[in-house]
Amino acid sequence: MMRDITIGQYYRADSPIHRLDPRVKLAGTFFFMISLFFQKSILTYVLAVLALVAVVKISRVPFSFMVRGLKPILYILLFSVLINMFFVPGVVIAKLWIFQITREGVIQAAFMGLRLIVLILGASLLTLTTTPNQLTDGLEKMFGCLKKIKIPVHEIAMMMSIALRFIPILTEETDKIMKAQMARGADLDSGNLIQKIKSMVPILVPLFVAAIRRANDLAMAMEAKCYNGSDGRTKMKPLVYAKADKTAYGIELFYIAAMIGLAFVSRRIGLSF
Amino acid sequence: MNIIKVKDLIFLYRKKDENGEVVQEIRAVDGVDLEVEKGDFVAILGHNGSGKSSLAKHINGILFPTEGHVYVNEKDTKDPAEIWHIRQTAGMVFQNPDNQIIGSIVEEDVAFGPENLGVPTEEIWERVGRCLKAVNMEAFRESSPNKLSGGQKQRVAIAGIMAMEPECIVLDEPTAMLDPRGRQDVISTVHELNEKKGITILLITHNMDEVIGADKVFVMDKGKVVMNGTPREIFEQVEKIKSYGLEIPHATELAYQLRCKGLPLPKDILTREELVEAICQLN
Repeated sequence: MMRDITIGQYYRADSPIHRLDPRVKLAGTFFFMISLFFQKSILTYVLAVLALVAVVKISRVPFSFMVRGLKPILYILLFSVLINMFFVPGVVIAKLWIFQITREGVIQAAFMGLRLIVLILGASLLTLTTTPNQLTDGLEKMFGCLKKIKIPVHEIAMMMSIALRFIPILTEETDKIMKAQMARGADLDSGNLIQKIKSMVPILVPLFVAAIRRANDLAMAMEAKCYNGSDGRTKMKPLVYAKADKTAYGIELFYIAAMIGLAFVSRRIGLSF
Repeated sequence: MNIIKVKDLIFLYRKKDENGEVVQEIRAVDGVDLEVEKGDFVAILGHNGSGKSSLAKHINGILFPTEGHVYVNEKDTKDPAEIWHIRQTAGMVFQNPDNQIIGSIVEEDVAFGPENLGVPTEEIWERVGRCLKAVNMEAFRESSPNKLSGGQKQRVAIAGIMAMEPECIVLDEPTAMLDPRGRQDVISTVHELNEKKGITILLITHNMDEVIGADKVFVMDKGKVVMNGTPREIFEQVEKIKSYGLEIPHATELAYQLRCKGLPLPKDILTREELVEAICQLN
């Protein structure tokens, strides 16, 4: 199950999208999501899908790899499609016992499903092409202005990147503790839900103790390396906009403008619904 | 010139009960005096609980003396204004390689120290390249630290300290969690830094074989320095070393046993080669 989720996974490739500044990608994802909630019209959907397909092509992330990410949300998708299909009032085209399928319902459901799929693919593209570290760096820089109102942006970003670094270490540790407890006769797999939850206690307690100990050691190592918060700190890889980033911003703005324009035109000529 | 000077150092750990009252005082370091000369390779030996790690943490300004003083480059570690300077002068490598690597890519981890010091970006790149080369880890520059072996991780940690350009590196049992191969790599890396770059090394360990190449050895027991001298002077006193719960190098041990059986072997044998040589001299 956990392995199916491609949201939050990084796909290593060398593409113009991978090389973009994380801030550009964050802004782009944000614009893209907003644009999906614009005036409903065939034209805006066509543009959104085209834009997504183009970006996926440029990013060199295999489409099949991305689609795998949709698997975990399949049920949510089906559910919202069916609800829309059966419960939107309008011209009845089919009847099944007490359920009616309306023409409006079918259209609504189709677009709803499409919107969700596009939304999730768009969001997963961000993490597929951006390493977690770049993401935290980008977020730190983007929200840097919040420092003025005393929000510890740098510290939060540092915590996030350390947490990410320790995920594999703690996973390995959990595995070791589980094996150690099993070797002592712990039964982790049988029983009902409550018993299973109870059997997690002898794993979680040592895991927490170990994690706190690690945190303590790490804090000491960071202090020994003169870590003193964000003041006076420089970066090995500072975020600087390159030419490609500016172009990308231009394309994003153009996309938003085109969306607004299309939504407007569709309403005029009656393509919206 | 003395880069490190420890004077009458006493450090107490206080154990407190739930009400915050001191129930027990442990003298981790008990009146230690020692001086380390610039460019030396100094080893501090002692078994668990001898106070050697506490002593090491004083040099980097992580622990502060209860009584007495520690001077790094003639600056008192108690002076809060000097603490960053002291931590930069005396870098510290810890025991557990996993718990001291901050970056999720090798080169970013090495850059962490210089970033904290406010070194300009171009110079960080230059230092990272140079330091990774010095510990022979260039090939792993863009790897994740999680994929490295213990010895490799520890070498990355050493590179991370080197990138801060310290005059002295304190290594607190850097090999305790490594396999023999990783141990060998780390120790030879440390020796190379000492010889080629002239960095003063303070190696804290309980492994005798790592001490052989040192210029000077201090043996600690119960918070006190009980012996000091060159490795040869120290290991001549086999019985005394053993009385502190320490072992002696294998070759020295064998020579000692043979001597007890009546073979006329010299007392100052440290390595296998010397032992072979000495035995060949017998007739």
